[in-house]
Amino acid sequence: MLRFVVRRLLLLVPILLGLSILVFVWIRALPGSPAQALLGERATPQTIHQINHQYGLDKPIYVQYWRYLKETSQLKLGTSITTRQPVLTEIGQRFPATVELSIAAALFSILIGIPLGFFAAKRHRTVFDHVSLGISLFGISIPIFFLALILKYVFAVRLGWLPTVGQISVLINIPHPTNFYILDALLAGNMGALWDVVQHLILPAVALGSIPLAVITRITRAAVLDVQNEDYIRTARAKGLAPRIVDLRHVLRNALLPVSTIVGLQVGLLLSGAILTETVFAYPGIGSWLRQAISDRNYPVIQGGILFVAIIVVFVNLLVDISYGLINPRIRLGGK
Amino acid sequence: MRKLSRASIVLGLLALVVVAVAYGARSHKSASDTLVFGSSADPVALDGALISDGESGRVIIQIYEGLVALKPGTTNVVPSLATSWKASAGGKSWTFSLRKGVKFSDGTPFNASAVCANFNRWYNFTGSFQNPSATYYWQTVFGGFKTYDPKSGAPKGSLFKSCKVVNASTATINLTSASASFLGALSLPSFFMESPTAMAKYGANQGSVDADGVFHPTGTYATAHPTGTGPFMLQSWTRGDKLVLVRNPNYWGKPAHLSTLIFRPIADNAARLQALQNGEIQGYDLVEPQDISTIKSDGNLKLLSRPPFNVGIVGMNQSIAPMNNLKVRQAVAYGLDRQSVVNAFYGGRGVVAKEFQPPSLFGYAKNVKTYAYNPAKSRALLKAAGLKLPVKISFWYPTSVSRPYMPDPTKNFQAFSASLTKAGFKVVPHAAPWNPDYLGGVQDGKAQVYLYGWTGDFGDPDDFDGVFFRTPQNQWGFHNKAIFSILTKARDEPTLSKRIALYQQANRMLMDFLPGVPYVHTSPALAFTKNVTGYVPSPVDIQLFSSVSVG
Repeated sequence: MLRFVVRRLLLLVPILLGLSILVFVWIRALPGSPAQALLGERATPQTIHQINHQYGLDKPIYVQYWRYLKETSQLKLGTSITTRQPVLTEIGQRFPATVELSIAAALFSILIGIPLGFFAAKRHRTVFDHVSLGISLFGISIPIFFLALILKYVFAVRLGWLPTVGQISVLINIPHPTNFYILDALLAGNMGALWDVVQHLILPAVALGSIPLAVITRITRAAVLDVQNEDYIRTARAKGLAPRIVDLRHVLRNALLPVSTIVGLQVGLLLSGAILTETVFAYPGIGSWLRQAISDRNYPVIQGGILFVAIIVVFVNLLVDISYGLINPRIRLGGK
Repeated sequence: MRKLSRASIVLGLLALVVVAVAYGARSHKSASDTLVFGSSADPVALDGALISDGESGRVIIQIYEGLVALKPGTTNVVPSLATSWKASAGGKSWTFSLRKGVKFSDGTPFNASAVCANFNRWYNFTGSFQNPSATYYWQTVFGGFKTYDPKSGAPKGSLFKSCKVVNASTATINLTSASASFLGALSLPSFFMESPTAMAKYGANQGSVDADGVFHPTGTYATAHPTGTGPFMLQSWTRGDKLVLVRNPNYWGKPAHLSTLIFRPIADNAARLQALQNGEIQGYDLVEPQDISTIKSDGNLKLLSRPPFNVGIVGMNQSIAPMNNLKVRQAVAYGLDRQSVVNAFYGGRGVVAKEFQPPSLFGYAKNVKTYAYNPAKSRALLKAAGLKLPVKISFWYPTSVSRPYMPDPTKNFQAFSASLTKAGFKVVPHAAPWNPDYLGGVQDGKAQVYLYGWTGDFGDPDDFDGVFFRTPQNQWGFHNKAIFSILTKARDEPTLSKRIALYQQANRMLMDFLPGVPYVHTSPALAFTKNVTGYVPSPVDIQLFSSVSVG
């Protein structure tokens, strides 16, 4: 187990190195420069030259990369060109919001997706099955920004139940020691604020969770259908186990193995920041931050942000692999 | 039966969530003396000297004031912290009489020493403060700094020479050459007066430059302690979430109606509109043309218009033949069906432009040469230029952008392309994303014919004609000494009546020389909820909220 974890962590080094080169070259291959993006119509060739010179962007790309590598290895991710705040500080402000949104979206998709897939399989080829398949097809195929606009129109503009933007109402003031707003509200003992934060989470979580929900439902359904026909299930039933026990201990537990892979991958993706959802809901997470950085050609933020996101995805995948061993003892990590 | 009930438990739980949410159905109505405004982004910093973006300016103008201001709803320069001013030495020396009894929000007095402390601070900037992304407006208006740093690339030499304290309520600004446009420029947020005491206390000039060369302020002045004389003061700022201003109880003028003014950053246009409809914000700027009918038909919302202070242009680069031929440029002008484009794509919010500056600004000339759509005349001009029809031109237009002067550039291009084809041209389209690809190509002088435009910063024709044509620029590709010199003379002339005459003459010359074809001035729109009153839209993008109240 330990060997497995260490090996996976060592693998992180070449992955991140390769990724950093890719990102570094890619953003510099985009036409234009931060200077152009910063000043727009007001940029002149002189000012562009001046900014490029100050940011060292007129040096050869390998010189720039070497300097970037040296800085990054000391955990210096640089300073945002637009806000002039350290990139690491901004990650600290933005990432908790993305984590909260990811957890909410994951809860939404898992708590609804697994039961939906399970019952669809149990009622194979019934109306319930068809409806759940229909829902999952809808979830996969509808563009998130469109779903978000519709959800906001119905539940906020028409019904007035939920807010449309942000993480918390502007008129509520609580201290933010952790930047996890739910935690901050609890620490402040302010239940009104807590409920407000939860309300702000609902629509973005539903919009963001729609694709994972669809994927999880389909995988669960397929896995349960597979497992149901296994010999050991028949044996369990034959020896007279209550149907509920068979379903829970044998069918569901074995079916959850492929599902946990998918959940892990999906959560990894969620944590990398939902660019569309966060932008449409003006949600101050990693996704909306990166989107703005790309349109501003904010090199330090793009480089630092993507590197950070990559580390998160790799770690979540590692956790998923470790969780295999817990769900299914037959899998031995790092075994021969 | 039992299994079925389990399925219904899931559905039941879902229903419960919906009911719970509905039970908590919210009232978004804020207190009657609080207004939440949807901005498009966070400010960069709350120190006017270091910003050039509109969202920073929008907040800064509530906190700070300049020596002069713009009369609400116009670009006319009026007294603010200075009650009067006088030019002498042929426009090289400007003496300002200052308002007495004014205090910064930290309690320190505003006086002539404070004025000179501010000017000297700007003039003495070194290192990365000389970066145009930090001090764009200083460099535009005043040029260089006290210490010339050849590495920074900032211009050598400055319009600013010195600031002299005559007495506590009189300060004199000495310039190295005569200039009149600098007075209007003092209404820009970049030249607002900041408390010297607070700047020193909270490290306004402290910062380090990291390996990327980005200036990184280490002081907290520009983020937590901006200190001015304006009607509002900063209470708190959480990036990405909200920026809260409160009324300045010691404001020297009429106190603000609102006790709290909150700016909430919402980058997405559709999201801003939905937030307004849902009552989470009470107003927002930069309304998209396609949203105007929605807002007009909503009984709870209203639309306000800014006076036109922009210009849309079809630019022509004379370094790419045959644009160096005046007859060809005239043929382009006669070949653009500007009236149809303005009628079709501006939702009744545009007028056809006849000059490069908006009509509300002084210096606008009545009798310039005009170019009404006339394709036959275009073809005749092309033949007279000795060219074979159709004449091939490369026409650049930007994608993924909406500017006040061109809400939908692609449609503008398509209509212009069709009318130019009738006028004897063969149009080769060249599309690129606006920023930075398109702007970069145009400004580098790669585009032959292109869509372009400008929104004014302050009430001076130099901010239109001067920006484009006072100096040689790659994007226009011409060297016309007569035009360069009259625009320089007009900028520097201290007497207003003489300036007006010079700009009128310059505008006539420009429309004869035809470096481009101005085609539209538009009125950008803002949206508010019906109960918001007292907001006077300014032609420039920013204005005070002190007269605003929520009914």
